[in-house]
Amino acid sequence: MMLEVRAVSHRYGPKQVLDRVTFAVEKGEIFGILGPNGSGKTTLIKLISKELPLASGEIVIDGRKLSALSAKQWARMAAVLPQTAEAAPGYTVRETVALGRYPHQRGFFPTWTEDDEAALRDALAAVGLTGKIDEPLERLSGGERQRAYLARALAQEPKLLLLDEPTNHMDVSGQVRLLDRLAEAAHARGLTVVAVFHDMNAASLYCDRVLVLNKGKIAALGAPADVMTPALLEEVFAAPIVRLAHPASATPMFSFMPNKKQGESPVGGLRLSFLDDAAVLTAAAPLRVLSSALIGAGFQWATHFVNRQVGLDYDCSDAEGDMRRYLEQHGFPPERTVGMMTAVDVRDAVWLQKEGEAFSVAVMATAGVGNAVDAARAWQHQPLAARPGTINMVVVIDGVLTEAAFVQAVMTATEAKAKALADCSVCDPETGTLATGTSTDSLAVAATQTGQVFAYAGTATELGRALGRLVYEATVEALGRWEKRRKRR
Amino acid sequence: MWMYILAVTAAVLSLLVGISTGSLSIPFSSIVRILAAEWFGAALPRHIPADWVPIVMAIRLPRVVLAFLVGASLALAGAAFQGLLKNALADPYTLGVSSGASVGAVLVIFLGWQWPFFGTFTLPVVSILFGMATLAAVLAFTRAVERRMSVETIILAGIIFGAFFSAFISLMIALTGEELRQIISWLMGSVAMRGWKYSGLLLPFFLVGAAVLIANSRELNAFAFGEAAALHVGVDVTRRKVIILTAAALLTGAAVSVSGTIGFVGLVVPHMVRLVCGPNYRVLLPLSLLYGGAFLVLADVAARTIIEPRELPIGVITALIGAPLFAVLFFRKMKRKMG
Repeated sequence: MMLEVRAVSHRYGPKQVLDRVTFAVEKGEIFGILGPNGSGKTTLIKLISKELPLASGEIVIDGRKLSALSAKQWARMAAVLPQTAEAAPGYTVRETVALGRYPHQRGFFPTWTEDDEAALRDALAAVGLTGKIDEPLERLSGGERQRAYLARALAQEPKLLLLDEPTNHMDVSGQVRLLDRLAEAAHARGLTVVAVFHDMNAASLYCDRVLVLNKGKIAALGAPADVMTPALLEEVFAAPIVRLAHPASATPMFSFMPNKKQGESPVGGLRLSFLDDAAVLTAAAPLRVLSSALIGAGFQWATHFVNRQVGLDYDCSDAEGDMRRYLEQHGFPPERTVGMMTAVDVRDAVWLQKEGEAFSVAVMATAGVGNAVDAARAWQHQPLAARPGTINMVVVIDGVLTEAAFVQAVMTATEAKAKALADCSVCDPETGTLATGTSTDSLAVAATQTGQVFAYAGTATELGRALGRLVYEATVEALGRWEKRRKRR
Repeated sequence: MWMYILAVTAAVLSLLVGISTGSLSIPFSSIVRILAAEWFGAALPRHIPADWVPIVMAIRLPRVVLAFLVGASLALAGAAFQGLLKNALADPYTLGVSSGASVGAVLVIFLGWQWPFFGTFTLPVVSILFGMATLAAVLAFTRAVERRMSVETIILAGIIFGAFFSAFISLMIALTGEELRQIISWLMGSVAMRGWKYSGLLLPFFLVGAAVLIANSRELNAFAFGEAAALHVGVDVTRRKVIILTAAALLTGAAVSVSGTIGFVGLVVPHMVRLVCGPNYRVLLPLSLLYGGAFLVLADVAARTIIEPRELPIGVITALIGAPLFAVLFFRKMKRKMG
């Protein structure tokens, strides 16, 4: 164990700020301390760093009791990166970092040894400030200055590094760079890091384990994914918090739920309009969308759904970039638009709405089955380059959908579409079997996220049944229109 | 390295100028010959009049040496106080030790004390005893208020004691008749007519104080980043603070007891050195010592030559020369920073 905190309590006057806090941190661990203001996290760091006298309980660093360590002995084992360091005008980076060698120097007039110089160079390299060694501190940016102080801490060659909200006053790039450097240094040197975090996301991303403090007591202790549950965080921080999965790291991500009343935006607020080469669905308020569209795929908030028509000879090599430019040209914000492509004439778009007792659903569909495919036998096909999707569908539901309901809505819509193709006897031309779709279909399920909550949207629910029926009817209708236009030609 | 050579040269030159200047002007070469003859037994050249020897050895040399030691002590103490208290306005008199020393001196003049054996030397001895007692009282009070002895508490304790002792001095000035002139002129500071004894009293304090402060350069650097930072890199904060404060206060008390309260040297010389050489105490302390000494020697030269044969109070001169000099340096530094 690198750090053991046993039954540590602390009070400022009558106020109990820490109440019998006990935990242990293993060697090489990055250990986070989280909690709202006044939960005692800074006090805890100050007790470990001997800034405050330990009144009750016991703290042990690498097997040695805190009370038995002199200031210099302590500084050889542990170092601190404070929240904000006081400015010392005129000192250069070198002079600042050189102070980190203080605990290793002996005698009245110690000489600067090769070891000292090596440790200093090493620390500067670790934080990426080698090139700024002779710069005065005040000429560095806030983030660089904080990294200089981190270098001073590393120059102490500690086994334990304590950080108190190290990225408090830094911009995003400064934060990421500091924390990345820190994690790297910790890994490379086998350094144990105990850090107070203000930012739940930073704690979740960088910590092996977190300690959540609430009113001086331990509220939770464990891996971020296990203990940082919305329920716990909501209780501790007294604010509604949502938890998401980080797209690139196997850690949770957090955001607040703003207490903001959204205006009524029933499906009736949707407007279908046509450009020369596109069918456009516009919503009065942003809709939450799960889609496989070219632009805005995945979960997204969108106000526009653009189904763009391109020729059969369209060059697909940079379809996404081309679509983005197209949206910008026509005044659609690409970050709030779901964009699809089709070779079908968009004037044949089908628009169906259904008002249920408790909900309303609407579907916009365009269909063409020139490249119909039987999904079960598609493995028999020659691999083809992607071509513009030929059954594009936007489903809009008035209500709050859970993520499960979104996925079920996708399943329901897909099954209904496949059934519609079968009933219209659309065949896969290569296998001769009934087709289930085309090779590049797109689907977007959108919800207003106001009003009634739908936990599920499978065919066992009223919503699912209405949805399936509407999608089926829209697909059949769209196929009919496509057939008619083909015959006319 | 060039910075030290420059400072030593400046110090030696100022001493030579100090010995050379006066109602009778003595050339540098003659001063060197006389010193060589007196200290190393070299033959005194014919062309140097024999009555120059006592002028150099008994009158001017002790005076410039005392001026140098006082200036060096005050500048060192000022540099240490400014760094430790993290306050640009701190000077050797911040802690109230000088006020205590002054009370002792004024009391001696007020009561017309002359201890047997000590004679006129009674004044500096009483003064330094008062200074040390004040230091002990300030530290004890600070510690009683707060075991950690934070910088803010130290400054406040210094202000409390300083104000109290200043009131005592004002009281004695108000009650005195005959000795008013003597008290005022002592308070304004002077290094005239003191002889070797005064340097002898100051020297041990100077040597110990300077050595202790220079040995604590690294700690002073750490304190410049704040007490918390000093603690984090392993400085035994409270102990070092007491050591540094004691050394600086002893330098101040001893300087005040032999020369009165000479202002401005301790405040401005460290700042000027900082402007030129940066804040690192390993350089700042030795340079403040040398330049502080040189500065006061030259100020003393000005004090006794501007309206010869009358002497001006040296404390007035330090500010008269020091303030414009500081203004120029500060102006140029800020311009360079902004431009």
